Amino acid sequence: MNPYVVPGLVVVVLVTVGIGAYGLRFARTTSDFLVASRSVSPAWNAAAISGEYLSAASFLGVAGLILRYGVDVLWYPVGFAAGYLALLLFVAAPLRRSGAFTLPDFCQVRLNSPALRRLATIFVIFIGCLYLVPQLQGAGLTFTTVTGGSYVWGALLVGLVVTANVALGGMRAITFVQAFQYWVKLTALAVPVIFLILQWQSDGRPPVTPPAGEIFPAATTVTVEQGATLTVDGQTRVVRAGDELTFAAGDPVPQVSTVDSNVGMDWLLPGGDGTLFATYSLILATFLGTMGLPHVLVRFYTNPDGASARRTTLVVLGMVGMFYLFPTLYGVLGRIYTPQLLMTGRTDAVVLLLPEAALGSGHLGRLLGALVTAGALAAFLSTSSGLLTSVAGVVFTDVLHAGRGGSVRDFRLATVLAAAVPLALSIYVANMDVSRVVGLAFAVAASSFCPLLVLGIWWRGLTDIGAVAGVLSGGGTAMAAVLITVLGPPLAGWPAQMVGQPAAWTVPLAFAVMVIGSLLTRNRVPADVNATMLRLHTPESLRLQKTA
Amino acid sequence: MTEKRRTRVVLGEVATRRRPADRARADLAEQTPLGEALVRGLVRAQLALALRLALVVVTGLGALPLLFAVAPAVGQIKIFGVSLPWLLLGVLAFPFLFCVGWAYVHWAERNEQDFIAVTRRPE
Repeated sequence: MNPYVVPGLVVVVLVTVGIGAYGLRFARTTSDFLVASRSVSPAWNAAAISGEYLSAASFLGVAGLILRYGVDVLWYPVGFAAGYLALLLFVAAPLRRSGAFTLPDFCQVRLNSPALRRLATIFVIFIGCLYLVPQLQGAGLTFTTVTGGSYVWGALLVGLVVTANVALGGMRAITFVQAFQYWVKLTALAVPVIFLILQWQSDGRPPVTPPAGEIFPAATTVTVEQGATLTVDGQTRVVRAGDELTFAAGDPVPQVSTVDSNVGMDWLLPGGDGTLFATYSLILATFLGTMGLPHVLVRFYTNPDGASARRTTLVVLGMVGMFYLFPTLYGVLGRIYTPQLLMTGRTDAVVLLLPEAALGSGHLGRLLGALVTAGALAAFLSTSSGLLTSVAGVVFTDVLHAGRGGSVRDFRLATVLAAAVPLALSIYVANMDVSRVVGLAFAVAASSFCPLLVLGIWWRGLTDIGAVAGVLSGGGTAMAAVLITVLGPPLAGWPAQMVGQPAAWTVPLAFAVMVIGSLLTRNRVPADVNATMLRLHTPESLRLQKTA
Repeated sequence: MTEKRRTRVVLGEVATRRRPADRARADLAEQTPLGEALVRGLVRAQLALALRLALVVVTGLGALPLLFAVAPAVGQIKIFGVSLPWLLLGVLAFPFLFCVGWAYVHWAERNEQDFIAVTRRPE
């Protein structure tokens, strides 16, 4: 085992807890816990938002997907970044000016409907859990990959550190912790990449897609985990679970029947008509889903005003975009140095394994390996902290009915409640695909909160009944698609595409139902809609006290 | 120990006697038809700006999958040894998104300044 990994992980956990404890000195009131008293500067806030957003799916999953499927999945990082542009264009400043601090709060401000508020609460908790479970699972899997320890301990460790940190420090501490973790994550990917590219140069620039197919760069032993058929040069061979296969340097990489991956030109070139629906669905889900993620939205309430919310979002767009340049390089270099992952299907581990595979197991390779592992831990910690804070905030105000006058102790109780369910789920539900579940969370958010926010902010005609109908139809069907994908039987053909990537039809459905429902119930447009529009769209410097 | 809350007493007449410069602001606050029209104008300007820039992104990025599907030859172009789709999606998409975002922030703030200028305009 790599001797530098454990010290690296310990440092990240200690600094996280340390900054959390430092932030605790400033967190005195309930407001500090929930929204950092709305006094965080754009630079800090942007680093915190980016740190919170770049989850296990971004840090590990994107590189793994690229290793496996090639150019078609580059839409994941592009969409994850473009989501912030949609957020900036349509939501950032008005949402901050609404003065609400959770999504259910926004429903209250805009439509004053208790039913919609309850519905929004359910969706926040559902999306939060859907996003939190794979984070904890990813933590468990990384723990197993790197240390050989048990999966349960990895998930529990991250779960407990995060719960303690959120419960003790709340939002104020989290802001500093996450800003720190953005830089940890960026460094952990950027520094090894320099050495990896130098190594690739000195190896004589081996081609990423050799004409004769992928080859092993060094002697490799692969342990087969489940029975499968291997195909090499047109010859097939059946292997059983537990078999050990040894390959010499330069041997071609066999294709494994149980692992779905693209080879050769399919990997290098964009897919044809067959993938068009899935590609557009993915684009729609990621572009529009970001604005509906509860842990992203709750951050915007910590900006002092609407203009700074806009600037913060722009800085986030730059920071997130800069980060996503690196996973692609890991995926591409993984094709050369870690082709055995294509056989085992554990492509999510490529970021963790690449430094040692390419640079050898000398001090340099091991140090860089420890660095990326520490970055992965930072990714789990920050995203799960943010998710937990936002879900706990909603549980605190809407389930415990604490209201703004609630005590810090109530917030801590809410945190423990919000953490317990996903933690238990992540331990008992073992084999969910990390990046796919995260993609589904985006689809649910894009088909429920995105139409609600966009229409609520820009269209006076939205009514509570229209909004409820839209969220139920669009978000409800997306939720059903998620449950079928995760729990149901495997599907084939068109139904598989429609259910596996539902956004292309659930998002338009939600928008259409919301608009038609509102037009049919036109008499229910809130009486104070003009006052609300004034508040959402005019700069704070003109903020007028109503002459009451 | 019972401290009475301080209350502010204002003469009714003072409230009605405003300086002309504040008239537009008062229109906003009291939601007169003029104030409402001002806010509607601002909302429309901001929405038009957002939609225009969204259209730029939709045509710039959203057309790519269709382009690669309709004209596969475009996907095979290589620039400095890197094939075009990888270069566009892996690298150039991010600065493009940032530039669109920067333009939005710039123009949205200008819209707001115009709005403030209108409300502060001396009659």
